[in-house]
Amino acid sequence: MKYSGGELLLKALKDEGVKFIFGYPGGAALHIYDAIFRQKYVDHILVRHEQGATHAADGYSRATGKPGVVLVTSGPGATNAITGLATAFMDSIPLVVISGQVQSHLIGTDSFQETDMIGVSRPIVKHSYLVQSAEEIPSIVQEAFYIAQTGRPGPVVIDIPKDKTDPLHKYKYKKPAKPYLRSYQPKIKPHPGQIKKAAKAILSSERPVIYAGGGAIYSNAAKELSELNKILKVPVTNTLMGLGVYPAKNKLFLGMLGMHGTYQANMAMHNADLILAVGSRFDDRITNTPSLFAPNAKIIHIDVDPASISKIIKADIPIVGQVKDSLQALIKEIKRSKIKIDTDAIDIWNIQIDKWRKKHGLDHDLYQKKLKSKMIMPQVVVQELYNVTKGNAYVTSDVGQHQMFVAQYYHFNKPRRWINSGGLGTMGFGLPAALGVKLAFPKQEVVCVTGEGSIQMCIQELSTCLQYGLPIKVVNINNEALGMVRQWQDMNYGGRHSASTYQNSLPDFVKLTESYGHVGLKVTKPSNLRKTLEKSFAMKDKLVFIDVLVDPNEHVYPMLVAPNGSMKDMWLSKNKKT
Amino acid sequence: MKRTISILIENKPGALARAVGLFHQRGYNIESLNVAPLTDGTYSRMTVITKGTENVVEQITKQINKLIDVIKVSDLSEGEHHEIELIIFKFIKSKYNTRIQKILRKKKISVIERSDVVTVAIIDENSDFDSLVKSIGKNNIHEIVRSGGVGIHETEKNLNL
Ligand SMILES: Cc1ncc(C[n+]2csc(CCOP(=O)(O)OP(=O)(O)O)c2C)c(N)n1
Ligand SMILES: [Mg+2]
Repeated sequence: MKYSGGELLLKALKDEGVKFIFGYPGGAALHIYDAIFRQKYVDHILVRHEQGATHAADGYSRATGKPGVVLVTSGPGATNAITGLATAFMDSIPLVVISGQVQSHLIGTDSFQETDMIGVSRPIVKHSYLVQSAEEIPSIVQEAFYIAQTGRPGPVVIDIPKDKTDPLHKYKYKKPAKPYLRSYQPKIKPHPGQIKKAAKAILSSERPVIYAGGGAIYSNAAKELSELNKILKVPVTNTLMGLGVYPAKNKLFLGMLGMHGTYQANMAMHNADLILAVGSRFDDRITNTPSLFAPNAKIIHIDVDPASISKIIKADIPIVGQVKDSLQALIKEIKRSKIKIDTDAIDIWNIQIDKWRKKHGLDHDLYQKKLKSKMIMPQVVVQELYNVTKGNAYVTSDVGQHQMFVAQYYHFNKPRRWINSGGLGTMGFGLPAALGVKLAFPKQEVVCVTGEGSIQMCIQELSTCLQYGLPIKVVNINNEALGMVRQWQDMNYGGRHSASTYQNSLPDFVKLTESYGHVGLKVTKPSNLRKTLEKSFAMKDKLVFIDVLVDPNEHVYPMLVAPNGSMKDMWLSKNKKT
Repeated sequence: MKRTISILIENKPGALARAVGLFHQRGYNIESLNVAPLTDGTYSRMTVITKGTENVVEQITKQINKLIDVIKVSDLSEGEHHEIELIIFKFIKSKYNTRIQKILRKKKISVIERSDVVTVAIIDENSDFDSLVKSIGKNNIHEIVRSGGVGIHETEKNLNL
């Protein structure tokens, strides 16, 4: 048998175990689309905008741990995929994005729908390929999947000129040998000497904090993290990307840290004598002013990417390696060590943390309280969502206050359940990501918590959800404003709401949803909230869009004081600072 | 502080653009850049001369190393090294006077004379290009081209595949 380049591509994707391609057709990709039509192993999901394809593949990947696959045409198809590529790049998500390109002989001539995809995407991909001959497609695909998933994961682009997929030219298919790259050998095994040093430092500490991020999730190290802390019994905080890697219900969990982290998490970090950073990267949304960060802490930093270590905060004990392997080694070493952690000191530390929690911790029982406001509080929406879904849903979100409220109030007990754009902060991510998750887990509850601003950036994907029968739930925390922008304007710009409101121009979301063929519900009164959510989730086979009108004056606190603040400097309300 | 970084990189399409682009993306500057393929032609050696503190250079080398096409990176400035540059001046013959010849004779040069112009190639180690040009007089020079610094360890240490 001989195959066209398009067919070779599909065979290679099948060999990688690909189930879904998220894509959108166009001229330069049509040979590939024809090859898709003539096979039955890989399903193509037709989105409504290429940005949606990238986010859907991204959501699929975050939930499953497998790479997400995207197919777009050249020119505008490729450029529309850029936001999704950047989103995946920032959060280290393995995607393989295949873009059609104009025919080889037209490259560089400003031909119709020509964009230099390799050039445009260069700074936001882990690697990229321009296919030079059809025969190399299988080995390139295999290499792309290998690179996307190993080391620090990330998106890989394969740009394929149209003539390389032409059915007029046929080739033999041979499954390529395992990829070997002399220039790329992701270092995996942590250095035993460093593990020894780290164990000793941890066991000699009196005020330690474990600070775990997305890297711990991608490395599937949740089990190891819990196992380690069964021995240590020290406080654990998670980054926005790390939520779920340590069970929120565990009493040693501090909640999220950073910009909108809990009081106890930020105070613990600031006052720690040792910070064990696990697959987290000291992002500026965490550290506040780096020179004021955790002044007395020894830093142990575990990361698979050596470039992440000592980039922002100097690590005293760097450990380069997969988080999973590193934690396993650390557990072994700690068990074997003659030094034992000073449990009295740790008890005192945990008591101190409890005091902080009691003093300014988040109120997780707002939903049970008689509240002054006649309007629904956005925090209560998340609390009720948690109650109704029993904390078991896959929750995606967009970007803004609603996102932070979910991070603060939905208790994630398992990894890969909380799916959001942390690094790039991409509005429009939530709905297509939810679609990707639902395809992966059709029996699971999948909720997109969004805002009326964000949802309008990729709302067209409601149509995709109808086509493929994806009954997700959308909870629109509608504050009739670009809430997070307005919050910053209230804090830093004297309340001047420049371009953060819509002057009564919002669509009727219920009608809009209905016109997409789904169920739309609106809630305005606190007394109807729980009921409406229950009713929505009872409609198992329907996509329900719940438009919840909330109090627009609610802001997200705590909020780190910037500029020139440390992690202990927080706004606790609009007028109250620590 | 001035730093000389040597990079072995696959000789593949786009590889050079990735390495050079990275400097810009991460906000590092490139003072000079030199690149050419080595023995079997499958890879090239680059020398990048940059400025930065210890931390910045550590980041540069780590980030460069992360590029899939990069095989090895070494900050030569960490040890003893040569930084050698090829500088070529072209003079209109009438301006190539004895004063200039005297200055240039102190360097390792090769001279190609024609009836109209004289081209002087200088192999210069740790060159102070600016003061060399100044001493010759900028207006006396018809054309200048530089290779950029090329770095190599001074000792037995090497950067091979
Ligand atoms: C694509 C994109 N554009 C702009 C921003 C800046 N931004 C961050 S939050 C936000 C407001 C989001 O409004 P909404 O979705 O209604 O969420 P809310 O904050 O009101 O909950 C904006 C504009 C962004 N993150 N992404
Ligand atoms: Mg809003």
